[in-house]
Amino acid sequence: MPEPHAYSKSIRPKGEALVWFTGMGLGVGILLIAGLLAVILKNGLSMFWPDTIYQVELVEGATAGPTNGKDFAGAIALERYKRLQEEGVRLTREFQFFTGNKDAYGQMYHFVDSDQILRDASGKPRFTPADGILQLERIEFGDALGYPVAIDLADGSSITEPDALRSTLFETIEASNERLKAYTKIERQQIGRINSRMESIRLEQRALRDELGAAAAESSDRMQKLTAQREALQLKYNDLAAEARALRDRRAEDSVRLRLPSGEERRIGFDNITQAHFPNEMSLPDKVGFFFRQIWRFVSEDPREANTEGGIFPAIFGTFVMTLLMSIAVMPFGVVAAIYLREYASQGVIVRAVRISVNNLAGVPSIVYGVFGLGFFVYVLGGSIDELFFSKRLPTATFGTGGILWASLTLALMTVPVVIVATEEALSAVPRGMREAALACGASKWQTIQRIVLPASAPGILTGLILAMARGAGEVAPLMLVGVVKLAPTLPLDGAFPFFHLDRKFMHLGFHIYDLAFQSPDSDAAKPMVFATTLLLIVLVIVLNLSAITLRNHLRRKYKGDTF
Amino acid sequence: MSQETTTTSQKEDFEPFIQIKDDYNFWYGSAQVLFDLNLNIPKKQVTAFIGPSGCGKSTLLRSINRMNDLIEGIVHKGDITIGGQSIYDPALEVISLRKRIGMVFQKYNPFPKSIYENIVFSLRIAGRNRRSELDEVVERSLRGAALWDEVKDRLHESALSMSGGQMQRLCIARAIANSPEVLLMDEPCSALDPIATGKVEELIHELKKEYTIVIVTHNMQQAARVSDRTAFFYLGKLIEYDITDTIFMNPKNDQTEAYVSGRFG
Repeated sequence: MPEPHAYSKSIRPKGEALVWFTGMGLGVGILLIAGLLAVILKNGLSMFWPDTIYQVELVEGATAGPTNGKDFAGAIALERYKRLQEEGVRLTREFQFFTGNKDAYGQMYHFVDSDQILRDASGKPRFTPADGILQLERIEFGDALGYPVAIDLADGSSITEPDALRSTLFETIEASNERLKAYTKIERQQIGRINSRMESIRLEQRALRDELGAAAAESSDRMQKLTAQREALQLKYNDLAAEARALRDRRAEDSVRLRLPSGEERRIGFDNITQAHFPNEMSLPDKVGFFFRQIWRFVSEDPREANTEGGIFPAIFGTFVMTLLMSIAVMPFGVVAAIYLREYASQGVIVRAVRISVNNLAGVPSIVYGVFGLGFFVYVLGGSIDELFFSKRLPTATFGTGGILWASLTLALMTVPVVIVATEEALSAVPRGMREAALACGASKWQTIQRIVLPASAPGILTGLILAMARGAGEVAPLMLVGVVKLAPTLPLDGAFPFFHLDRKFMHLGFHIYDLAFQSPDSDAAKPMVFATTLLLIVLVIVLNLSAITLRNHLRRKYKGDTF
Repeated sequence: MSQETTTTSQKEDFEPFIQIKDDYNFWYGSAQVLFDLNLNIPKKQVTAFIGPSGCGKSTLLRSINRMNDLIEGIVHKGDITIGGQSIYDPALEVISLRKRIGMVFQKYNPFPKSIYENIVFSLRIAGRNRRSELDEVVERSLRGAALWDEVKDRLHESALSMSGGQMQRLCIARAIANSPEVLLMDEPCSALDPIATGKVEELIHELKKEYTIVIVTHNMQQAARVSDRTAFFYLGKLIEYDITDTIFMNPKNDQTEAYVSGRFG
């Protein structure tokens, strides 16, 4: 006779192990994501925080440091253990210092073993905060670190008294930055306008020559008028260029003398300085203020020094505009295709095959789309557009080379399966009763789709767009073929006619990360930038998604009801 | 054959408005659901279709405005005429047919739009957008559906914010907005509570002054209360069709009697 309770011998109810297992899966996933975000946040944000600068003394006969054994100053960027192979295996500590002064030391970061550093009484490496050290952010050669000695002004006076030196330093930087703004404005706006007018005159002259023949064209009234215009513009250009040059030269006339921590003295012209701070004298509120100011500069300024310095505004802007263009292109495409597939096509073998193919398209490697974009959009479409509309400019390509339009279309093509699948699901989720109600009112099929089905499925369609945007904004590989560049001199949107330049090459955060991490000459200097840029890309994707989600929730509330 | 199974009163003392004739048969693919129907529906009266589930009464109702066309693989034989015109006339567009026939569904299905837009939907799709006309139609339809006093102050709020009974009456208002000749109701009260049901039944009494109403119902008391004539279907066949009182008090067919007295169904 079987035991009456044989089935409940196990302490745990059946299935609990599986519950644990699924919970573990979720836990691992969350841990990985949280870890990744924490690493990016910490490394990305630490770039903006003003670190304390320490004066480091090296032991007798040391060979480490930026200038072979001489003392130096720097901020501790990294502290770690390393394995020494000599005499068995021994662990030793090493420090990575940010020393700045790339012009003097060759690199901005230096590794120093802890046993090369002079120790204090307790046997720990001795770091003394560097009193009165000044950190200068420069246009070239990265930051400078040193003790200010004197400021030599253009009128020949020298200021050495410490308090006066400080106030003069900040005043001069401000005045110098004003001049920078002034001549940048002249160069970008006024000279830019003159250049584009001269270019159109040049094109018109060329057209005249093609039309009339060289000799006849030279003597024609129109040609002479154009030449006169061009000469007038040239004169105006010369004046503006001289004005800009005067401002530029004026900046270089003031300079500051620094004594580097390693002893030697350097002169730095104010034309090279963008900002100054005394990191060791900042209070916590000062540091917080500085931190946010630095973040703002990072997101609003142009990059410098092969992208390892300065801000990343063009990359943010390029990514944003490209994602928007992609969304504008992908939505009608995907929605229209899905409407035909779901509402009109008779659901047979062919439609099923098409549906499977669309789903599989989502799995094609993105670089393949890049190659297709290059071959079709850039060479075929762009080439034809140039032949037809911009033949005057040839052989300079206008649309026949990578640009933001082609990049957006390539990504739109890549993300169209996502939108099709999501839209199809949203369409099929619209209750039958609602379609029948519309048809019973005498609506045609198209009227039913247009007025009832599409609005009701808008939230689901937006979900597809959100997924498409998330995939598109983070994509890099195909973009390298169809228009992304390391440094774009102009934004795709500006004040020059026709304002929106779809043919322009652009910068992209994803490509920027790749470029900083693998293509920059000083990888140590670029590392914080990599993290900061990654952080921004994530923030941008989150912002784009959040706005789409807000819109979707708004629509959901609008269409929420018993019938859903 | 139909003469053998269908019992109808000998004299029909009315002018038929909707005629289901020529032994109307209907198939979903290979499954036949309606068998040899012949039925005359009077103008401006309420005709109820009753019968157990799966007897084909809804299919017949949905044949009248050709809603079944949405389903693939349907086949029919025989004819249906409204006011003498065949609904299968190739010269007649389905859309214009449906404009003459309002329909109210089992589950209330207002559009996710405002109350106002729900009612004027059938006008807007016909390209009638004149504000004064729309306003007039909204008031007339809502009054016709006994809803005007309840919603006149919130015409531009979402229709989905109403109660179930109100939504169903809104659907009725929407169905009559286009001044149809016929109103088809497919179990209009099955999703409503008794109070809301009572209101809709009162409404049907009012509406029959204007419209020819065909109602499908599972609820025999309802059929008895609201209809003038009742048709009893069983397994796709019309078993008995007569004046409602006759069907309920004095049915001639045993199956009808068994069904209306609740012994099967």
